[in-house]
Amino acid sequence: MRAAVVVFPGSNCDRDMAVALRAAGADVTMVWHKDASLPDGVDLVAIPGGFSFGDYLRCGAIAAQSPICRAVVAHAGRGGYVLGVCNGFQVLTETGLLPGALMRNAGLKFICKTVDLVVQTADTAFTAGYQAGQAIRLPVAHHDGNYTVDPDTLARLQGDDRIAFCYAQPLNGSVADIAGLVSDNRRVLGMMPHPERAVDAGHGGTDGQALFRELVAQVVAA
Amino acid sequence: MKARVYVMLKTGVLDPQGEAVRHALGTLGFDGVQGVRQGKLIELDLADGTDEATIAQMCDKLLANTVIESYRIEVL
Repeated sequence: MRAAVVVFPGSNCDRDMAVALRAAGADVTMVWHKDASLPDGVDLVAIPGGFSFGDYLRCGAIAAQSPICRAVVAHAGRGGYVLGVCNGFQVLTETGLLPGALMRNAGLKFICKTVDLVVQTADTAFTAGYQAGQAIRLPVAHHDGNYTVDPDTLARLQGDDRIAFCYAQPLNGSVADIAGLVSDNRRVLGMMPHPERAVDAGHGGTDGQALFRELVAQVVAA
Repeated sequence: MKARVYVMLKTGVLDPQGEAVRHALGTLGFDGVQGVRQGKLIELDLADGTDEATIAQMCDKLLANTVIESYRIEVL
């Protein structure tokens, strides 16, 4: 499986993402935000966490207009896989690849801790390594993770089984406690928690391993 | 020419920062502040003759996230 990890000015989880993907067996290339195209044969684009462009204007807004993001949108349009974590999730909503928006946390505080999540669906390449209803623990570290979406779209997300992860307890004001969701074709996942920070026993937990392991396995098999 | 773009959260979208400001005003003794909404003011220095439709495109593509925000353009 060939993966590309996008690097923006202000990304700070890009190397963690590359380490997690490589540990799962992916062949990883880093791509710079000014690149206008992705390397040939890329199956997965990972948009990492951080503070792209200093969170100026809105989190992810400027990154979403960068040359590489036009290539990422085209990749998704061809049915390619995209994983956006934290700031990467914000970028995906700003590009329109995922619906809704991520607003300032309801409590206004930056939240940095390991939280309980409930896997909502195993029916995606990203979550096939878990079972629906499974409780897992992953770190979160964000100021703007308060997922907002209109009621009609929320009903559609729920009806189409597109919510991937929920917080086990209310955390940041997110509608329906949503922590992550997939696109209509189930190949674009955005999530606020950091699976790449939970792939090594030294991290204090390895609940993120299954995401990368199954994603690589499913994409190789496809 | 110059233009101003006012970006506000849409009505009905909870504004936690505005709510915190409202609370702080109450703490300072300013009674009767029933609501505070916080937004952005963006000043644009534009080539003469830029039409409002072009400014609206700037808003739709970048300056506002129309999922949660509305905008108003003021050409000066």
